[in-house]
Amino acid sequence: MGKNSKVNIWVLVTGLAIGIASLVLTAMGNPKNMGFCIACFVRDIAGATGLHQAAVVQYVRPEIIGLILGSFIMSLATKEFKAKAGSSPAVRFILGACVMIGALVFLGCPLRMVIRMGGGDLNAFVGLAGFAIGILIGIFFLKKGFSLKRNYAVTATEGFAMPFSAVLLLVLVIAVPGIFIFSEKGPGSMHAPLFVSLGIALVVGALAQKSRVCMVGGMRDAVMFRDFNLLSGFGVIFVTILIGNIILGNFHGFSTYLQPIAHASQLWNLLGMVIVGWGSVLLGGCPLRQLILSGEGNGDSAVTVFGMLVGAAFAHNFKLAGSAASLAEDGTYSAGGIATTGKVAVAIIFVVLILVSVLNLPKIEKKTK
Amino acid sequence: MVDARGLSCPVPVVMVQKAVNAEKPNELEVLVDAMVCVENITRYASSQGYTVDVKEVDGGEFLMTLKKA
Repeated sequence: MGKNSKVNIWVLVTGLAIGIASLVLTAMGNPKNMGFCIACFVRDIAGATGLHQAAVVQYVRPEIIGLILGSFIMSLATKEFKAKAGSSPAVRFILGACVMIGALVFLGCPLRMVIRMGGGDLNAFVGLAGFAIGILIGIFFLKKGFSLKRNYAVTATEGFAMPFSAVLLLVLVIAVPGIFIFSEKGPGSMHAPLFVSLGIALVVGALAQKSRVCMVGGMRDAVMFRDFNLLSGFGVIFVTILIGNIILGNFHGFSTYLQPIAHASQLWNLLGMVIVGWGSVLLGGCPLRQLILSGEGNGDSAVTVFGMLVGAAFAHNFKLAGSAASLAEDGTYSAGGIATTGKVAVAIIFVVLILVSVLNLPKIEKKTK
Repeated sequence: MVDARGLSCPVPVVMVQKAVNAEKPNELEVLVDAMVCVENITRYASSQGYTVDVKEVDGGEFLMTLKKA
């Protein structure tokens, strides 16, 4: 098999932009190792709108709004904006929720996983192992013919649903911020100025639309087609963050101990990211990619993002999310981890992923028709 | 002819890969409806020694003709 090594320059540019943007956003106020995190930021929006009541993670993150609108504007400019929907929307909603819960068990989406790796967080490397395992499981089913079936051209209103929601959220947070709940302490209270976050995310969203950057697509394409195009973006983000952290003096070696907003309960770091990898392969893209697709008119991805929002709310309402490692004032160290409810949720999600994977294989599907 | 319209990543490339591996065709037509699929299939096809010709048919659909170089 010939090597497929052609790398799109836009992927490298986008990787570099995401890396720098993440460093800048953290320097300007975002939580440590959380310049960008799709899972965390969607979760914060769920909190700000009262879908969950976890007091430390409530903020209307302009990054999410900016990514959607950046993609929307770029896709209009390149005439790629197309309203499409109808590819197993309810299953996608549930998968979106599952991926979100898996990400919050680990404490980060694949993007934050790479950012944490570049910040010296060894727990994130365990997450990476889980992510790779999840992707391999997903690839197994793709090779067997797994598909959520095709989408269809629909009216433009479907395509505008997510960009409209993003604009509405932006207008409301600027005009009447009082209707939202904002954290007074914890990660939700830490954020770069609104217009800085928004501006940076607009640029990143536009670049991500143009380059199709996708965290899960990188490993998937490398394994399936020996296509290293998207994986190069993954690599550039890691290297940019690592070098940036070293230059800024934020890098203190690799360790699992007391990493920012992370826990050292390794089995659950691993399993959380297995879910994210597997679920994202079934969806056809990581959480970042779903946001970008929702901006370019894909109604199925919009439904997936709404599923992520509900999954985030459930993750906190039912205490499924991981709790971060902490050091008490008397010096007692807690490695953090997952409550029993979270462990049960992980088990249930594995059953869901197996069912979705198997029931959408060609042979099974013929029998059920 | 492979009809991969409306399918999400990377199913269209998997379909082309299956057709290429099974029949080793000298020529293969693929119908897709997203630019991202055109790009992905083009990268895969060129790695397998095919040249790719893309024609936009109607309503944003693309007919790709893969020919063994």
